[in-house]
Amino acid sequence: MIASKKKFKLGSIEPIVFRTVNTIIMLIVIVVMLYPFWNTVAVSLNNPQDTLKGGITLFPRIFSTYNYETVFKNRLLLIASVNSVLRTGISTILGVIVAAMIAYVLSRPEFLWRKFATRYFLVTMYVSAGLIPNYFLIRDLGMINDFSVYILPGLVSVFNVIVVRSYIKSLPSSLFEAAFIDGVGHFRCFLLIAMPCSKPVLATVALWCAVGAWNSWFDTFIYCSSDENLTTLQYEMMKMLAAAMSSSSRSGDAIYQAGQAASNMVTPVSIRAAITVVAAVPILVVYPFLQKYFVKGVMIGSVKE
Amino acid sequence: MILPWMIFTFIFNYLPLTGWIMAFQNFRPGKGYWKSPFVGFDQFAFLFREQGFWRAFRNTLAMSTMNLVFGFVFAIGFALLLNEIKNTYFKRTVQTISYLPHFLSWIIVCGLISNILSTSDGAFNNLLMWLGIIDKPILWLGEPKYFWWIVAFANVWKETGWNSIIYLAAMSSIDTSLYEACEIDGGNRYRKMWHITLPGIRPTILVLLIMNLGFILNAGFEVQYLFGRGLVMDVSETIDIFVLKYGITLGNYSLATAAGIFKSVISIFMIVTTNYLSGKIEDERLF
Repeated sequence: MIASKKKFKLGSIEPIVFRTVNTIIMLIVIVVMLYPFWNTVAVSLNNPQDTLKGGITLFPRIFSTYNYETVFKNRLLLIASVNSVLRTGISTILGVIVAAMIAYVLSRPEFLWRKFATRYFLVTMYVSAGLIPNYFLIRDLGMINDFSVYILPGLVSVFNVIVVRSYIKSLPSSLFEAAFIDGVGHFRCFLLIAMPCSKPVLATVALWCAVGAWNSWFDTFIYCSSDENLTTLQYEMMKMLAAAMSSSSRSGDAIYQAGQAASNMVTPVSIRAAITVVAAVPILVVYPFLQKYFVKGVMIGSVKE
Repeated sequence: MILPWMIFTFIFNYLPLTGWIMAFQNFRPGKGYWKSPFVGFDQFAFLFREQGFWRAFRNTLAMSTMNLVFGFVFAIGFALLLNEIKNTYFKRTVQTISYLPHFLSWIIVCGLISNILSTSDGAFNNLLMWLGIIDKPILWLGEPKYFWWIVAFANVWKETGWNSIIYLAAMSSIDTSLYEACEIDGGNRYRKMWHITLPGIRPTILVLLIMNLGFILNAGFEVQYLFGRGLVMDVSETIDIFVLKYGITLGNYSLATAAGIFKSVISIFMIVTTNYLSGKIEDERLF
């Protein structure tokens, strides 16, 4: 990548050569980033039997919504979708509120334990007890096979707290001073000043919470795998992929159906493509709109202390 | 307002640390922490004699190092090139598309990888055959020698765009008069990149390096877990998978916890050392 542009070609033609090469590289990047996903969309909209013949690239050959019908008729996948949506919604709302609360307190200079509290939270970012102790904790709290396991353990995200804190700190302090002189307490100051003023950063954090919750599957796998009413989309996707990998990684034949569908019309490859699209679309729809926020959020997060 | 959340964090992040006791016991879930016999460092001794553990350690280190190196090189390279694009509309489009994979879950990414690398009509094999580089499809995911590269490039694919955000932002804050001065001195595009842009983003690179070195024993999980089957297992098993296998599947909780502690200790050591070193060399500390 870099080697190609290091060729020294001085003179008037050089800028044009560079610009052309650079543009071509960028176009290749676009193709490489988009193609795998685009191809999956095409496969998911193609007739499943026809897909087996191969050769689907950019567009479906025989258009069919059969794969999606199968996905949405499947009871397990329906439960999984509902759970995924629920956990994403709840964790996002609670996650943002919690992060904002902690961040507000940590940003107040008059809070005496500020330094200690900041360290206290920061440590958890780098030190984790590990899988087994966590598992026993969750078990002792009675949260195995319980929906709360999706919400509570990840509720306090230290990274998000730091991002919000940096943002609140960057707000003009006269804003808060004025409020305190007017006799406003901390709770009202938090609700009426800090929260509304940090909308952009809260949007960023909301996006991160939502993406994290929507994409996680490991907690389902560890804590809730024996209760199919608590399954999530990503976990179902993982199971299908694992089955596909172990039965044969070279062909897309329909040995495994894992009770996925009754009809022999359906093939694993097509169903997987459809689920991939279902699992990815909510995020892809949201993220371009929040882009201008999260770029800012990343920057704030990087200048931590 | 903060107290409830401190208690909450205590329960979910600090309380499990007491579980580290397990690593010094011969832990039986039926007996609990109080009645399981203490065995001192026997679990660690056993762990360090276990070949599978060192293999997992080697794999983890190799894959995360590759991820780190390729991740940095590609993100910085991409940011440098993108920085040279003058058309804002095109630049923004490229950027938006390059973030896209960051938001997809690893599960989905694994599914896409398995499609692309598939031997039956996989895009990568098709492309190579079309170019005449190979004459029959290669089973990429079944060959141990390709595995680390697949993991590294999966990471590059997923994270390059996202990681470049921060470099681009750092580049945009470089004083433009430096570029003008360089131009007057007769420096061309590449000199500007080498002598101004790269030194300009050096603090950013260092901070990110410290942060990432703390996670050196996290090589990712999903790709190795899903694709590590059969022959590939020898090169794919990471410490995380080792812990999962011994802890959850085989029920040897003490050994798995010991492996987890080992991992935590190394990350703390790494983060403290790199933080100290970078404070010495560059006067750039994280905490």
